[in-house]
Amino acid sequence: GNWSRLAAQQRLTQDQLLQFDTFGNVTLVHITDIHAHLKPIWFREPDTNIGVGEVKGLPPHITGLDFIREFDLTEGSPEAYALTHSDFTALAKTYGRMGGMDRVATVVNAIRADRPEAILLDGGDTWHGSMTSLITKGQDVVDVMNRLGVEAMTSHWEWTFGTERVQEIVDGLPFPFLGQNIFDAEWDEPAFDPYTFFERGGVKIAVIGQAFPYMPIANPGWKFPEYSFGIRDGRMQEMVDEVRAEGAELVVVLSHNGFDVDRKMASRVTGIDVILTGHTHDAIPEPVLVGETILIASGSHGKFVSRVDLDVRDGRMMGFRHKLIPIFSDVIAPDPEMASLIDEGRAPYKDQLEEVIGKTESLLYRRGNFNGTWDDLICDAMLSERDAEIVMSPGVRWGASLLPGDDITREDIHSVTSMTYGECYRTEMTGEFLNVILEDVADNLFNPDPYYQQGGDMVRVGGMGFHIDVSQAMGSRISNMTLLKTGEPIDPARNYVVAGWASVNEGTEGPQIWDVVESHIRKIGTVKLEPNSSVKVTGV
Amino acid sequence: LAIGSVAAAAIPMTAYAAVEEAIATFTGGAAVGDAGVTLTAPEIAENGNTVPVSVSAPGATSILIVAAGNPTPGVCQFNFGEAAGAQAASTRMRLATTQDVIAIAKMADGSFARASSEVKVTIGGCGG
Amino acid sequence: MANDVKPRVRVPKSAKAGESIVLKTLISHPMETGLRKDSSGAVIPRAIINRFTCEVAGKMVLDMTLEPAISTNPYIEFEAVIEEAGDIKFTWYDDDGSVYEDVKPITIA
Ligand SMILES: [Mn+2]
Ligand SMILES: [Mn+2]
Repeated sequence: GNWSRLAAQQRLTQDQLLQFDTFGNVTLVHITDIHAHLKPIWFREPDTNIGVGEVKGLPPHITGLDFIREFDLTEGSPEAYALTHSDFTALAKTYGRMGGMDRVATVVNAIRADRPEAILLDGGDTWHGSMTSLITKGQDVVDVMNRLGVEAMTSHWEWTFGTERVQEIVDGLPFPFLGQNIFDAEWDEPAFDPYTFFERGGVKIAVIGQAFPYMPIANPGWKFPEYSFGIRDGRMQEMVDEVRAEGAELVVVLSHNGFDVDRKMASRVTGIDVILTGHTHDAIPEPVLVGETILIASGSHGKFVSRVDLDVRDGRMMGFRHKLIPIFSDVIAPDPEMASLIDEGRAPYKDQLEEVIGKTESLLYRRGNFNGTWDDLICDAMLSERDAEIVMSPGVRWGASLLPGDDITREDIHSVTSMTYGECYRTEMTGEFLNVILEDVADNLFNPDPYYQQGGDMVRVGGMGFHIDVSQAMGSRISNMTLLKTGEPIDPARNYVVAGWASVNEGTEGPQIWDVVESHIRKIGTVKLEPNSSVKVTGV
Repeated sequence: LAIGSVAAAAIPMTAYAAVEEAIATFTGGAAVGDAGVTLTAPEIAENGNTVPVSVSAPGATSILIVAAGNPTPGVCQFNFGEAAGAQAASTRMRLATTQDVIAIAKMADGSFARASSEVKVTIGGCGG
Repeated sequence: MANDVKPRVRVPKSAKAGESIVLKTLISHPMETGLRKDSSGAVIPRAIINRFTCEVAGKMVLDMTLEPAISTNPYIEFEAVIEEAGDIKFTWYDDDGSVYEDVKPITIA
């Protein structure tokens, strides 16, 4: 397809990246999981993305050279750089940073020039994830997305700003904030618009929103106690049937379920033509088919924009053409209007954002099922600054990478830590309880039934090693828990001093994690991490 | 990641006995079939203190709900009257830990049917 | 009597004759399980709503037995057939002997 054609080229041009043989009568443009990253970044894709049960070895559960082979890419090519971790540092220097909402604006404008009625949809995890979004409570990102001309969105981390702020922003949005699965917790009644209609290219199109199902578990429910979420695929079927009855010829689900949950939902709900998936941050260069439904995964952090052209006739989707457009920031010209809007938003905080805290000699990245180097650095910071024996850091999938030789700015630290509940707690836990936590989080990732998965990665651990057999059942995956300092096995009955951050419990106390990390980096000056072999993975 | 909110203890055998006893009290020891009752509960509880559960058994006179992993298994019993619009009801329950929730329906002809669903009560945290 | 016990119900104002309607009820109540201990280690005595009934024009819709596993502020949703205009009566029975009632009229549309 487009990707192998691109691969044959020696040099990249904007025209090539945007090249698309316009098809059919409807165009969808999908962006998701930007996590407030408005400027171009480095972003290393995972080296480990284990699929269990029926999805073992299926996209997105392939990485590196396997990924390159599966999609017929060329090693060392721009698309191998964009889509895999292979040879990341060298290729990053060749091909440059990715993303930047000013570049995304150029791409969106070009698609609209070609197909003026294209529909731009935002899959959520948009307002959260940067120092400026934390300071402005998402406003800087909202301004950018409104300027970009988003026409509907769904949600996840948006809710971590709390109900009141979400309501305030939603009241001012010029487009619907969709979630068929968001209910008021008291009376169990729908709380947000489940869907919206578009008339484009002579076609009646329904877009149904699906917010992240496990909000109050994965994030602090006390910030939005008024609402209940859940997968609610029975109601999804009702909504599909309802929009079809109202004349929808094309049914699109704008989802923040995560890829495997969407794949299962597509097999259980009939009548969906397209699922635009989000949450698990997968970038897949071709649509995945489940029955007659196509699943589109558009990556994260503004690294990609998906364009999907559809031929809809006689009330049916007759065919599609798709391109996952990589946003090479050195190739795609920034849209000047968007660039100045972004810079205006940054201006009041520029000095704080760009202050250099230290330097790194190691590649810093997070994405992957187990500890990345950014996580190791954060864990080291907590061990040292909070004087803990064992530390835990959440296995979130957001946060940009840094290359060896890069300065570490305050903004870089926020890219991997920013949140509204960043307090770094210090407490005591028994060895038995530590085991319970590891087993619990492992099951959220490796349960063979996708509906039991939450779409994060394994909790990152410092000061303690363990073995994990991902093929086992809950309660039997974790073994050989060891206190690294002494090499002794963890004693289930002993209390350990534990530090961590991102607790979902109300009233958690401690310094903000970004301050803990900043203080640590200032002390060490230059970051140089040793390879981490404290987690042994089997059963893959 | 949450801390300090999970009860991880294995379910003691006495609890299983209590589940069997609660069911036997309802059925009088009669055989229980598999068809005719639908139990709807979330795969993962958003909050173990308030887990929604719905039951439906067309033609039932009553439906018993038990939580097999709670310290005491009883949850509730719905007895439907002549003005019931459906032999169906919903409520919210507390679940101490990950466990099976069981519904047993007593049909008008005196037969019994059962459905169960595993609900995971997780400490959660993290996310994409 | 437990403090601040307040029943609330959601009932349509009217129905077609013979129609089945959805009724939703909530009652603010701590539903103390009898399993918890206070800070001095003493068991906090059980105090729950143990029974709920709903009648339409004197006919039973639902008679429910509640155990301590029912959540704080019990929520109950069910359906009733409305044959004629009249009162829908909701009754909650507390362990302490208190009885709470709510009555909603319904008309035939
Ligand atoms: Mn997400
Ligand atoms: Mn995300």
